[in-house]
Amino acid sequence: MTFGFPLILKKMFRRRIVLAAAICLLVVVVMSLLANVITPYDPNDTAVSQRLSAPTASHVMGTDELGRDLFARIAFGGRYSLTIAVLTAIGSIVFGTLFGLTAGFFRRLDAPVMRVVDAMMSFPDILLAIALVAILGPSMLNVVLALVLVYTPRVARVVRASTLVVRELLFVEAARAVGVSTPRILWRHILPNLMSPILVQASFIFAYAILAEAALSFLGVGVPPEIPTWGTMVAGSQQYAHQALWIVLFPGLAIILTALSLQLLGDGVRDLLDPRLKKSM
Amino acid sequence: MNPSLPPVDPLRLDVRNLSTFFDTDEGLIRSVADVSFSIRAGRTTALVGESGSGKSVTSLTLMRLLSRTASTQVSGQALFTDRAGSTVDLLDLKALPEPAMRRIRGNEIAMIFQEPMTSLNPVFTVGEQIAESVRLHLGLDRAAALAHARRMLELVEIPAAAQRLHEYPHQLSGGMRQRVMIALAMACNPTLLIADEPTTALDVTIQAQILELMRRLQRETGMSILFITHNLGVVAHHADEVAVMYAGRIVESAPVRCLFASPRHPYTQGLLACLPAQQRKRELAAGAMAGVDGKRRLYAIRGQVSSPLAPPPGCAFEPRCDQARPACRDAMPALLSAGPARAARCILVAENLFDATDSA
Amino acid sequence: MTIPLIEVRSLHRYFGAPAKPVRAVDDVSFTIQPGETLGLVGESGSGKSTIGRTLLRLIESSSGQVLYRGEDLGAASASRMRTLRSKLQMIFQDPYASLNPKMRVKDILGEALEVHGLAKGRDAREQRIAELLELVGLRPEHASRFPHEFSGGQRQRIGVARALAVEPEFIVADEPLSALDVSIQAQVVNLLCDLRDRLSLTMLFISHDLDVVEYLCHRVVVLYLGRVMEVGPTVALFGQPLHPYTQALLAASPKPDPEHKSEYAPLRGDMPSPVNPPSGCVFRTRCPHAIDACSTERPALRDMGQGRFKACIRDDIPQVATAQERYTP
Repeated sequence: MTFGFPLILKKMFRRRIVLAAAICLLVVVVMSLLANVITPYDPNDTAVSQRLSAPTASHVMGTDELGRDLFARIAFGGRYSLTIAVLTAIGSIVFGTLFGLTAGFFRRLDAPVMRVVDAMMSFPDILLAIALVAILGPSMLNVVLALVLVYTPRVARVVRASTLVVRELLFVEAARAVGVSTPRILWRHILPNLMSPILVQASFIFAYAILAEAALSFLGVGVPPEIPTWGTMVAGSQQYAHQALWIVLFPGLAIILTALSLQLLGDGVRDLLDPRLKKSM
Repeated sequence: MNPSLPPVDPLRLDVRNLSTFFDTDEGLIRSVADVSFSIRAGRTTALVGESGSGKSVTSLTLMRLLSRTASTQVSGQALFTDRAGSTVDLLDLKALPEPAMRRIRGNEIAMIFQEPMTSLNPVFTVGEQIAESVRLHLGLDRAAALAHARRMLELVEIPAAAQRLHEYPHQLSGGMRQRVMIALAMACNPTLLIADEPTTALDVTIQAQILELMRRLQRETGMSILFITHNLGVVAHHADEVAVMYAGRIVESAPVRCLFASPRHPYTQGLLACLPAQQRKRELAAGAMAGVDGKRRLYAIRGQVSSPLAPPPGCAFEPRCDQARPACRDAMPALLSAGPARAARCILVAENLFDATDSA
Repeated sequence: MTIPLIEVRSLHRYFGAPAKPVRAVDDVSFTIQPGETLGLVGESGSGKSTIGRTLLRLIESSSGQVLYRGEDLGAASASRMRTLRSKLQMIFQDPYASLNPKMRVKDILGEALEVHGLAKGRDAREQRIAELLELVGLRPEHASRFPHEFSGGQRQRIGVARALAVEPEFIVADEPLSALDVSIQAQVVNLLCDLRDRLSLTMLFISHDLDVVEYLCHRVVVLYLGRVMEVGPTVALFGQPLHPYTQALLAASPKPDPEHKSEYAPLRGDMPSPVNPPSGCVFRTRCPHAIDACSTERPALRDMGQGRFKACIRDDIPQVATAQERYTP
């Protein structure tokens, strides 16, 4: 009986809410990718005469304080927000796994590496990110760097814990008995068996990154305000919120829905992988 | 072969057509199908089977310890006669709702499991765990319950019982923990003890102690035992009746001496024949032992159990059976009488053409 | 007398605090001749698994020597050890845990071949893998599957194939049958016998199942709490056990025959703690024949002639009936 991909999906989507989350996320991603196709407006086109107009047929989500079409901004903004989140997730996973694997596998390196990780973790995330962006200057890359620094320790901890477990498993000892070298054991035996916790972490970091970027941009220490991420949209328009609720409502909703979908999807992935892990071992 | 049975004792447990099916994503799994057996008062019935036979699921179903989700289907009856003499169907959810079942569990029917470490709660002392059961079922206060718990520990021959009362499971050895499990089970003087592989995880010398203990307790209290195991050596010396399970069904049932002397079902025959001890017996009977380097092979049942999701069309054992005929594929054979107090699920029994391979 | 293939000299393995160590292996010595299958029996805490692993340097010994064809394995460098690993292999107890669930069978076997530079080139490797699978009773098409697609018995066969891939001379089989059903055990026992004969393997068979040990092994070493209690040729040891512990072990395993009533009372008490072993003979706390002298000095392993050794100061232990009945039809 082999793993069937349709079987995996069926199991994961048994809970309707996970299915809904996946669909929601898919919509967001497609919307961002096809932004230039689905909306005729340019996100940076100002039309001051039409500023702060409520949602109508021509502007589905209304316009902001400079008359820019909100839907276009959200669609294009999605590209930036999602890109930052993806890069953050990838960066944290790569470095976190590097640290965690080293600390978990090599007993003598465990203490020194984890002390570094602990030091990184002792800063509250947002403050650390603010400090870094303040030092390095606001740009997309710097935001990604700051967030990677914040999330790497969390990944490292989880990976280390899993490595400690996998290291003691019988097939690793069997590989040593065959004469397999240490680097090969790490690459072929330990790492593939860490995929479950890593995947779960990745989905959660993705969600946190969306929220974190929004928070940073809202505080003015994220990406430069010219770049239309969802966070900068909320930040830039907040003073007009009492007049035109939609200009913070829609970006806010975009943030919440995307983050929530990612969280739920992460739950679904974790539920799927845990019993499988027990069954296949 | 007609062993002299004592006068028939009343039935303690009468299981009729028990079935437990699980509806999973991969399909319907018939874990237990149409299982019927009985246990008399004061006697031990062994449920023997290998992995996938459904023996553990049977005991969990009887105790209603399976998680009642939409995908679990249980049918059949399990008529249990308690110490007062009244009979109740354990599987009847209406006549025996959960609160009533809880009064039976741990009280009338007790269960011990294979892994004493995971069956005992690590954060409570041994004494507290036994006392909890006693307080729940016998309504004693804390002091009386602890005193009773101490008596139980002494009953199961744990040295320094008064001190052990305040120890945690991890402070005890495997054999000790299993004794604690037995004490816990015996605390309310059960009429039926279900022992699910109680000695499999124990060393051989400790196993011998535990088995002797269970025998002594049975003699003293008159309780019945349902002994679930895959170890035929244990069955030979500690069971009165045996029911052999394969792929969720009973394939043979008989008094223990009859089963070992003349097994009727090919699976039972194979199981007995493949033991190295049997090989030794055969060689000795043939004249001399062949020796480690001699040309010898153990009898081995070929193949393995079919997947529960793809059962064979007729008899479940047919793909591995040396005595199979084409008719075996047509339908699942019924459980037929194969002698006094004996039954076997094989068409050879019906035709009285069983292979007379005695295990001697 | 040929040079033994494996020689173990005064092996010790301690765990934990140096002040109060756990003596998992406490001065164990034995030899294994080429082509021989030596059985290592004992209950939990006997040290049998630790000895198996120490032999292959999967665990380092605390002191003592393990010699392979006269070469001290403890002194071998990392690269020398890697070369030697192609000669000394292991079959593990748990078939469900000893195979990497993320690797296909062909990768598991292929890795063993690759590490030792065997069957180079894709075609040669595929062919060798197919050969190995057939050798253990599986089919070539099984190579592309994952471990979870196989039953316990089949997984154990894959484990055997992996051990054989590197063409070893010596195999440590660490309780290879314990996790398998009885009917499957017989299949795997037959497989091990066949392979042993065809490939002229020397084996150390670790087990707690005395019946299988009796069937497979030429000689047996009986361990208790990290020490050797008795050594001897199989038939002699099982037919006439000299050490009280061996007698207890044999009497305690229930025979699958309801007619054979055992009169031997089970051993009292529990295994003593390996951190605080009894003085003198470690078995004396449970021994039905213990005398005062047993507590003063640790009994030496005495040569009783004909390859039999026992670590007991008494020579007047009566024989146990069930042991003698073993070899009477």
